Amino acid sequence: MPKSLFDKIWEAHVVKAIPGGLEVFYIDRHLIHEVTSPQAFDELRARGLPLPRPAQIVATADHNVPTRNQHLPIADPISRAQVDKLTENCAHFGIELFGLGHENQGIVHVIGPELGLTQPGMTIVCGDSHTSTHGAFGAIAFGIGTSQVTQVMATQCLLLSRPKRMRITIDGALRPGVTAKDLILHVIAQLGTGGATGYFVEYAGSAIRALSMEGRMTVCNMSIEMGARGGLIAPDATTFAYLEGRHYAPQGARWEQALAHWQTLYSDEDAEFEAELTVDATAIAPMITYGTNPGMGMALTGHIPAQVAAGEAASFEQSLRYMGFEPGESLLGKEINYVFIGSCTNSRIEDLRAVAAYVQGKQKAAHVAAIIVPGSKSVEQQAIAEGLDKILAQAGFELRQPGCSACLAMNDDKIPAGAYCVSTSNRNFEGRQGPGARTLLASPLVAAITAIEGRIVDITRYLN
Amino acid sequence: MEKFQTLRSTAVPLPIENIDTDQIIPARFLKATTREGFGANLFADWRYASTGEPKLGFVLNDTRYHGQILLAGQNFGCGSSREHAAWALYDAGFRVVVSSDFADIFRGNALNTGLLPLQVPAATLARLLARVTHYPNTQLVVDLPAQTLAVPVWEESIAFDLDPYKKECLINGYDDIDYLLSQQAAITTYEAQRTWSI
Repeated sequence: MPKSLFDKIWEAHVVKAIPGGLEVFYIDRHLIHEVTSPQAFDELRARGLPLPRPAQIVATADHNVPTRNQHLPIADPISRAQVDKLTENCAHFGIELFGLGHENQGIVHVIGPELGLTQPGMTIVCGDSHTSTHGAFGAIAFGIGTSQVTQVMATQCLLLSRPKRMRITIDGALRPGVTAKDLILHVIAQLGTGGATGYFVEYAGSAIRALSMEGRMTVCNMSIEMGARGGLIAPDATTFAYLEGRHYAPQGARWEQALAHWQTLYSDEDAEFEAELTVDATAIAPMITYGTNPGMGMALTGHIPAQVAAGEAASFEQSLRYMGFEPGESLLGKEINYVFIGSCTNSRIEDLRAVAAYVQGKQKAAHVAAIIVPGSKSVEQQAIAEGLDKILAQAGFELRQPGCSACLAMNDDKIPAGAYCVSTSNRNFEGRQGPGARTLLASPLVAAITAIEGRIVDITRYLN
Repeated sequence: MEKFQTLRSTAVPLPIENIDTDQIIPARFLKATTREGFGANLFADWRYASTGEPKLGFVLNDTRYHGQILLAGQNFGCGSSREHAAWALYDAGFRVVVSSDFADIFRGNALNTGLLPLQVPAATLARLLARVTHYPNTQLVVDLPAQTLAVPVWEESIAFDLDPYKKECLINGYDDIDYLLSQQAAITTYEAQRTWSI
């Protein structure tokens, strides 16, 4: 029987099917961070449970860390206590930790792939909804709650019902100035913020195949923003070339064995999907969001809808009131005060290169504060090695140290109430970047051009 | 986890769609390392002004509405996987959230917290929201073993779906970890039989 990529990986991880539809599902790799793990460790202790497989867990501090002066003790005592707790717990249970200052530290969904921890065919979980990022490598990866973090720590398994399958096929070549971020914002705008709830999505088609691993990660990262349990892409030569030689990737004979297995990971012809969507890549424009969920996106040059379906009328109205926008309005010409380039969606070296390539020799608008937060120490070091730090500094952008930063504003990196921020992150929810902050999601290229111009513009007129 | 069997309560109407977990509990409150106390900051930015004063227009500050059941618009609990959202609702006294659709991760987190995500058809939700908004003293009765949400004043009982295993867990106060720990032998056997491993 023909099988989808998702089925092949899922079925290889079912320990036991139990009557009624739930399955005991095995987890290969567990990533943890300081915010959603402390209560899980406490639960283990309270129940007197061991953590028998510490080698399958990797930890980092990312959500709640400062992006300046990381060599100093964290100034906020509550944040410091949470990060210290992670350090204590990892030491106690024998878990590898890439803490602040470590050369491997960074956003959990940036370092996993970078270190080769993320591999095709694996099951990967983390107490973070953007775990879907790792699906870019042909892995089943998804976010879990803290109770489930405890379950994986204690048993390496979860009790799950199998999601439905959706395939989104995107064929054609992306137009100049259109990136992986625009592609996924376009898809989410079509499906809506809850349109893929209950599904696991496979992204396919020539436009996906043409993306770099960084681009594929951006796409899979935002699967959760349309409600999907996760998203994945069949591994191919691009995937294998990215992984070869990375620290935790298999080496030598084990690499050859792994490769042979990975090459079997694709959806068979005639594999079944409960839902299918096809998208014409050539019709995708540079995107921006105007509302307070990621499904409220449109072409940069578009107009906010004049009205929406009755089922979403209340949130549409509340959303535009929060954003200070009118139904039917164009955003072109709107003044922007903040630009944030970072997050697990767009903080990789390719993103920093795209920004640097555009801003080289230009100056940001005087009224704009532009910060760039690299996804990891490795991205930061690479940017410095390539001289991007100097280009960015000359253009008036501030290059910070790695962390989740203003994507969720747990640390000091907050956008003030009422201010507009063009952000390369993944969520434009009310208050996401700070109480009252107004977020417009976009690609790194759109963010860079906005910072230079100081307002929303039709970027296609600014490209060579 | 506490047992849940039946509940008779008034309800709090929140007729907004796509309520994300950042609204339920904003990220700046996630620095705590224990499970308790999140209820004080439930819906913090909708509930309180930046000065800390309650916002009078918000339903949790409206003395007409109270109860252990929250009625909310479709796609409740989307966004971040933070289980703190379920903890905050529970800590604030809610035991049931009624919506026409829940985000997947929130649904799982709620069930693991002892909070019942009760899904009803969209049209039913609209009627319930209208009724409770206009008649705040309307009693609702949730009967988990029977899988019904009754509205006595309507002489109506609405059936709802729930995974049979999750239903047993909630009724008895069990959580998944108890079951998974009982499967250790099967897990070890699975690990030994794998053709490849990390």
